[in-house]
Amino acid sequence: MALDRWIALVLLGVCLAYGYAAWFTMDGNLAPFMQRNPIWPSTFPKVLSVLGMIAALIILLGIEKSEPKTADIDYRRLTDYHLGQALLLLGLMVVYALCLRPVGFLISTSAFLILGSFILGERKWHTMLPVALIATISVWYLIQEVLGIYMRPLPGIFGG
Amino acid sequence: MLEGLWIGLSTAISVQNLLMVIAGCLIGTFIGMLPGLGPMSIIAIMIPVAISMGDASAALILLAGVYYGAIFGGSTSSILLNAPGVAGTVASSFDGYPMARQGKAGKALTIAAIASFAGGTIGALLLMIFAPALSSVALLFHSAEYFALMVVGLSAIAAFAGTGQVAKAMIMTILGLIMATVGEGALFNQPRFTMGIMDLQSGFGFITLAMAMFALPEALFLVLKPKDLKGDNGEIKELRITRQEAKAIAPVIGRQSLQGFFIGVLPGAGATIASFLGYAVERNIAPKHEQEEFGKGAIKGLAAPETANNAACTGSFVPLLTLGIPGSGTTAILLGALIALNVTPGPRLMLDEPQIFWAVIMSMFIGNLVLLILNLPLIPYIAKVLAVPRNYLIPFILFFTLMGAYIGQNNATELLLLVGFGICATALKFADYPLAPLLIGFILGGMMEDNFARSMQLYNGISFIWERPMTLGLLVTAALLVVLPSYRARRARARAAGVAEGD
Repeated sequence: MALDRWIALVLLGVCLAYGYAAWFTMDGNLAPFMQRNPIWPSTFPKVLSVLGMIAALIILLGIEKSEPKTADIDYRRLTDYHLGQALLLLGLMVVYALCLRPVGFLISTSAFLILGSFILGERKWHTMLPVALIATISVWYLIQEVLGIYMRPLPGIFGG
Repeated sequence: MLEGLWIGLSTAISVQNLLMVIAGCLIGTFIGMLPGLGPMSIIAIMIPVAISMGDASAALILLAGVYYGAIFGGSTSSILLNAPGVAGTVASSFDGYPMARQGKAGKALTIAAIASFAGGTIGALLLMIFAPALSSVALLFHSAEYFALMVVGLSAIAAFAGTGQVAKAMIMTILGLIMATVGEGALFNQPRFTMGIMDLQSGFGFITLAMAMFALPEALFLVLKPKDLKGDNGEIKELRITRQEAKAIAPVIGRQSLQGFFIGVLPGAGATIASFLGYAVERNIAPKHEQEEFGKGAIKGLAAPETANNAACTGSFVPLLTLGIPGSGTTAILLGALIALNVTPGPRLMLDEPQIFWAVIMSMFIGNLVLLILNLPLIPYIAKVLAVPRNYLIPFILFFTLMGAYIGQNNATELLLLVGFGICATALKFADYPLAPLLIGFILGGMMEDNFARSMQLYNGISFIWERPMTLGLLVTAALLVVLPSYRARRARARAAGVAEGD
């Protein structure tokens, strides 16, 4: 089965779960006055779940014929591309998300930019370090000092 | 009116107000370029500065300049990085980013600048002529019509679907609508589909989703299969548009200035719907061979949303100034600023305080000109962003993507959601599912449900569909928009099969 139909199967599952919640569980705690209304919090989701299931089934059963397209990247040959770099960058983003608050903006951002360039193959430290540091400090200054949006600069132990 | 125009012109061209326009446009453009900071947040940041000036005309001129400057700046990040930080510029990335990838970043920015200027200027002209009359037309639109208009907007997703892809576009739209129902809605005031997770109480963030759908998969694709973003010999070339191209986009600009303006006039519609509808309409009325170019770097596909969103921004001032009704989140903030400045917008504003009403309109002409003059010479330098080596550019795109999501919500969970959605979006992209409809569904979902619920309550059921002719007309249009592309695809296939069999 082609990837688009596998995805349609997953989306059908999502719509079924969403529909189950809308049709069977959502209205349990509805206040009595609301039950007399023509519209309930579940009305719109119920419509969406049915429409979603229909659309997913059309793709899954291949009712609508589509022309095969030559994709930019062939997912069947993913290992032929720079898959390792992509996965490492995704991992780095997750680490950045987890570190931003506890480690502070300045350290985590400059580390993110330096490691990101390193993963992509950059080895010129004399360029990489100043670029990352200047960019980090400029963005922090713009966000925190000019726009007034709080951004913890350093870890708590350094008074950040 | 002539007297009003004279009062407006003399107020707008005072040294202080000219400086306000220039400052507003510059601040708006530069901050608008940062993904994550849309006009709403920029205006909110600028309000204390504006109020401290004490002069209502100058304050409103500054804030209006920030508004259209931010919309203009938002297009830049959409075109260069495929990172639309503002809903109104999402449609600009559909053709703007492919143009940038083809080494035509300079040309794309030039078209965006000219289309924005034309849309804003024609919009201001229409605002000047029709403002009082249009306010009464806008009042004819009730929740039922708004709901129907949203359905038309969503049906226009058929415009994003390739041949035989209507079902895929539909499921993505519905997925977007489903995602919009997560969290505590304004209407029912009870959390839905949050699975008890506190961070989902306020729903998914638009910026998070926009970045996950556009910027992150694109950056990952660039990592997986490196491409040269620049021109053939590393130069940013093709800044100017040819006479032929100017001829091609002129009617688009004309049509979309009008359409965008009128959509902007409707309270609740605004720049986002205007840009999507503008794109969809231009794609649908284009000749067959041009239709296939949409989404691959068509100049008409860039000019349409760019014109429409600027015209709609200007149009949204009609209900604000003449009725005191904010048509969008941004104009709601502007209304707050006006009230703080002791100005009550409404039908009497034009009579009681003509210097404010007309000065704002005149400043729009000046502001659009300022944006054009400031930005056209800067385009070669702005486009140089793409000349940054890939090893530096990609981490910066990812960083701005993360920052956009973080600044918007000030919540680190958003960053994890961004990565999760980004991975899903990349998988969907591999399977050739269009991602734009999901975002459109998400943007319009909340408004659509609110208007649907209000109509259901007013008419005690779905009878509003046939009891309001305008609603019925709009819904029929929406149905045609879904059915026609499918029908056309089937007919094309049948014809191709006929040719193959030697008919």
